[in-house]
Amino acid sequence: MAIAFVLNGESVREATAAPSTTVLDYLRTRAHLTGTKEGCAEGDCGACTIAIGRADGEGVRWQAANACLMLLSQLDGALVKTVEGLATGDALHPVQLVLAESDGTQCGFCTPGIVMSLYVLQQDGAADDATIHEALAGNLCRCTGYRPIVDAARALCAAPQAREPAVAAPRPSTAHGAAGELHLSPDNLADLVALRATHPEAVLIAGATDLGLIASKQRRGFSLAISTRRVAELKHVTREPDGLVVGAAVTYADGLPAVEAAFPAFGALIRRIGSRQIRALGTFGGNLGTASPVGDTLPVLLALDAQVELAGPAGSRWMKVDDFLTGYRTTALAPDEVIAALRLPYLAEGEQLHVWKLSKRHDQDISTVLAAFRVRIADGVLVSIEAAFGGMAERAKRARALEAALTGAPWGEAAPERIEAALAADFAPLSDHRASAAYRRAAAANLVRRLHLATMRPDVAIEVHAL
Amino acid sequence: MSRVVHAPARHESASAHVSGRALYLDDMPEPPGLLHGVLVLSPHPHARIVSIDLSAARALPGVVAVAAGDVPGVNDIAPIRTGEPALAQGVVEYVGHPVAAVAAPTLDEARSAAALVKIEYEKLPALLDLEEALAAGARVAPDQMVGRGDVDAALAAAPHRITGEVCCGGQDHFYLEGQIAIAVPGEDRDMQVYSSTQHPTEAQHGVAHVLGLPFAAVTVEVRRMGGAFGGKESQATIIAAIAALLAHHARKPVKLRLPRDVDMEATGKRHPFRIRWNVGFDSEGRLAGLDLELAADCGNVADLSPAVVSRALCHADNCYFIPAARYRGLLVKTNTVSNTAFRGFGAPQGMLAIEAVMEAVARHLGLPIEELRAANFYGDAPRNITPYGQEVEDNIIAEVVAELDGRADLAAWRRDIAAFNATSPIIRKGLATMPIKFGVSFNLTTLNQAGALVHVYTDGSVHLNHGGTEMGQGLFVKVAQVVADAFGIPLDHVRVSATSTAKVPNTSPTAASSGSDLNGMAALIAAQEIRGRMAGVVGARFGVPAEDVVFADGRVSAGNQSLSFGEAAKLAWQERVQLSAAGFYKTPKIHFDLATAQGRPFYYYTYGAAAAEVAVDTLTGEVRVLRAEIVQDCGRSLNPAIDLGQVEGAFVQGLGWLTCEELKWTPEGRLATRGPSTYKIPGSRDVPPDFRVHLLDRPNREETVLRSKAVGEPPLMLAISVWLAIRDAIASVAGEGPIRLDAPATPERVLEAVALRGGHAGAG
Repeated sequence: MAIAFVLNGESVREATAAPSTTVLDYLRTRAHLTGTKEGCAEGDCGACTIAIGRADGEGVRWQAANACLMLLSQLDGALVKTVEGLATGDALHPVQLVLAESDGTQCGFCTPGIVMSLYVLQQDGAADDATIHEALAGNLCRCTGYRPIVDAARALCAAPQAREPAVAAPRPSTAHGAAGELHLSPDNLADLVALRATHPEAVLIAGATDLGLIASKQRRGFSLAISTRRVAELKHVTREPDGLVVGAAVTYADGLPAVEAAFPAFGALIRRIGSRQIRALGTFGGNLGTASPVGDTLPVLLALDAQVELAGPAGSRWMKVDDFLTGYRTTALAPDEVIAALRLPYLAEGEQLHVWKLSKRHDQDISTVLAAFRVRIADGVLVSIEAAFGGMAERAKRARALEAALTGAPWGEAAPERIEAALAADFAPLSDHRASAAYRRAAAANLVRRLHLATMRPDVAIEVHAL
Repeated sequence: MSRVVHAPARHESASAHVSGRALYLDDMPEPPGLLHGVLVLSPHPHARIVSIDLSAARALPGVVAVAAGDVPGVNDIAPIRTGEPALAQGVVEYVGHPVAAVAAPTLDEARSAAALVKIEYEKLPALLDLEEALAAGARVAPDQMVGRGDVDAALAAAPHRITGEVCCGGQDHFYLEGQIAIAVPGEDRDMQVYSSTQHPTEAQHGVAHVLGLPFAAVTVEVRRMGGAFGGKESQATIIAAIAALLAHHARKPVKLRLPRDVDMEATGKRHPFRIRWNVGFDSEGRLAGLDLELAADCGNVADLSPAVVSRALCHADNCYFIPAARYRGLLVKTNTVSNTAFRGFGAPQGMLAIEAVMEAVARHLGLPIEELRAANFYGDAPRNITPYGQEVEDNIIAEVVAELDGRADLAAWRRDIAAFNATSPIIRKGLATMPIKFGVSFNLTTLNQAGALVHVYTDGSVHLNHGGTEMGQGLFVKVAQVVADAFGIPLDHVRVSATSTAKVPNTSPTAASSGSDLNGMAALIAAQEIRGRMAGVVGARFGVPAEDVVFADGRVSAGNQSLSFGEAAKLAWQERVQLSAAGFYKTPKIHFDLATAQGRPFYYYTYGAAAAEVAVDTLTGEVRVLRAEIVQDCGRSLNPAIDLGQVEGAFVQGLGWLTCEELKWTPEGRLATRGPSTYKIPGSRDVPPDFRVHLLDRPNREETVLRSKAVGEPPLMLAISVWLAIRDAIASVAGEGPIRLDAPATPERVLEAVALRGGHAGAG
């Protein structure tokens, strides 16, 4: 029942802390490792970044993660490294030394998190600037202006370290109970479904990148939780004849290579979902199950006409994602079901997928508007279009009026008024702190114009970040 | 050994930072019996407090709960005026106003107890909007005026006149370490407070006021902050005072650490401004008269707003001589959190105002803005007097701008951008420059003083303490370099200790970019005092005059006789010579009459110039900064590595203020952007990929510490180049409409500005 992990090389068996204690709280107040900082407790600043490792061939593969959002029960069976685990006595680890020598610290509060992100980045060796920024997207620094940190990253990636030899990870267990909480982590789908059916009141946890906020910010635990993270059947990505099947518990990080290979535009979007810290834990199934109106993958799933597999006591059923999403954070999932997998149909010959996310900041931001378009153009005619938007309605939604207005028409630049009228029929967006309804309407219409340029005018620059 | 000053040296805590061993307040081992505090905040922007019932909270085991009625001293911690309570008294004036506080053995228990505090309110009408509050005549302090000449006559006689308006938003400091204080009661009502504060003395005073104690009974200490940027000047006092109040009642240590959302909701930010102007000028673009109105949204109380507005008015000239000027500052009261100090302290808003004017004039006349600016730069007498009466004696702006042009080749750069725009219908590029002149010294003359304490031990190691605080800016290493240089010893022989009101009293805030100017000089004076005494002892031993004794390379020498610095210190001790000294420094030459707003408030000016290139997406309003070139005057830099970090960091922070950082409130007056998930500061990719900073290396003409210049704030304003460059890109869009782009230039505002200009570049 104890939660077992290896922390900075030492075996830990934690039997008394509540399983929904955040890893950050655990490290700071129980393990007295105060190098890991709380900057925001919402997974956005990265001051709490730690490394989570797993055996990968001969070595350990480390991933950066936000300790503030992680529940202690998620550490079961893991290798954990904090900033205190890098230096050998007084001898700094190369990452620490290079960052210090680059004048990459000022107030130093974000530094341990940045050290950990760079430590994880460095294991992959050579990295271009885009990769470096991607690795740092989950770490905010308010002092330096980042230039010295990026310099340090370049220097480190030019001199990769040998992979650390694999360490035996402790055997995870299927149940953790302490302090009045019970967290269940079944390792197969049958058990998961059975537990779900027995405990419809339990919280179903995948990566906890959203639910973790309840523990982190509201400081409320989960008295009964069921985790999908060890369910082997939900952790595969397979290329099947009729589409790419992505298990519900596949993390963004693990799914990225296969998804990006099949759908480059989807891959590019995934690289902008949260940060690497978030993508190490967040899952495709979790994003769908949360059914947020700004869930970044959802418009893409809709544009691809993806299906979702729901597993329950009576077996599994497939349905269209469009039917699965029923409203604001509501879905067609029955209380005794779990999301098992997604099937992403491949693009047909001649089809293109374009995905654009608008937000105040390029990285690690929630979408203001997200548009996904699957189009086929032949002889200047828009033969077919599947268009879906996030941030425009109570749920991610297909733009049926827009599709109707454009399908089969000559794919010249459609009159802006026609696009706007169609989108007005499709959506009545809200104003919030991200943007006004007027901006959302205008930007959505303009993304259709961007689509025209992307498909017809490859000579025209259409994205500032592509410059 | 080369000199340890005017050379790069790492931040003194760099190794501790990267290893995770640097202790911030929340990392300190907790004293036995420590309680954790939680604030109870007002849910209303304006309401009368009808009743506060703490009984249910107090009934929980180990819980203390306090409200205004529990203040044994005076419930007032105003830094400038009076009537600013630590805990709301009778009335709440913003959503997030701390009304009560509880402490309990664990944080979760404290949160549960806080939820049991019952407060009854009677809602009152609230002013949530700057315009509305202006119309209502609401003020936190009297309006201010800086000016000279007959502006109305100058405007009437000017060949050209234009008026305009622009608004700029506030900014959350977003220091990564939130506000925190730990109060530890001592014997005889003494209170020791560990506070993440830029102003230990003000925290000391605030705690003493609230507890009704003499200042001498309160000690405030701070080793380091995880960032501050002005946000831990007056705001830290609130946290320290409430922590101490809880500790006083609990008779136990109390830690009060604000979670990020509470921190953002309860503590102040940069002031949003509405700027209006009426400017008269001739056909060559020479300004004749300027009537400028700066309306500052001060929030619910004055706090530091009078000083912020004063600095805004004293920087609305920037580098330009304006013969007739009337700059009015309106200190508008709204029912929002009290706005406060933030890097630049009003100067960014003042400079944004004048640059908006200059840009409008340039567009009106069809002149390149650089030409227009040059025509208006301060020059020889009589064109060298600021509107507040200070003579600009050290003007190097023309050289700084020329240096920038030489490095960046603006003409070629502009040609490249024009060529790009000629073939790019959707993405438009823009380029703009920004010169700055920034006055260094606190406007309030009294604050321009500092103390330091230096001890030399008999092994030659040196203990350094001063009134400045380390918030990441590298103050401690700079001052240590100055002391090491004075003694001719390696830098690592100097240990800097935590700032404490018990070691150096009556200090000024570490603010106004003055940290190393003031504390460096105080420490230098103390070190020179000790060095003089040691020279006397060593000279006597060597049989040479004291003035022939040289301190260098870790040795104290005269001719071929030499002792190590440690041997010399031991010798002085044996001779019963004091090896400790307190240094005191006050900035010379300065004076400022607050009533007339005339005088010489600034010891000197520092100068800089930047050019920035942006790309704007005219379909979505997305913006990216592609390149920035900066030339910054640092005098003879004490530490070029630290100064470079300050320049880069300030520029990026300014870029955030003007682009992605947007504070939004709900219609009910609650801050909607309460964390990094909704409030977006720049990330690493938002920094220009081509970012070049050049530090001018030339001595300050004034006798500052080793002829260096202040650097903390000035470069923030160089980021106005980014905002102007976005406007330049929008101006490249076909159309005749005006450029109306408030700050921050979010995608939404940019898209609106493009539409106002005449639609999308790509139409057709």
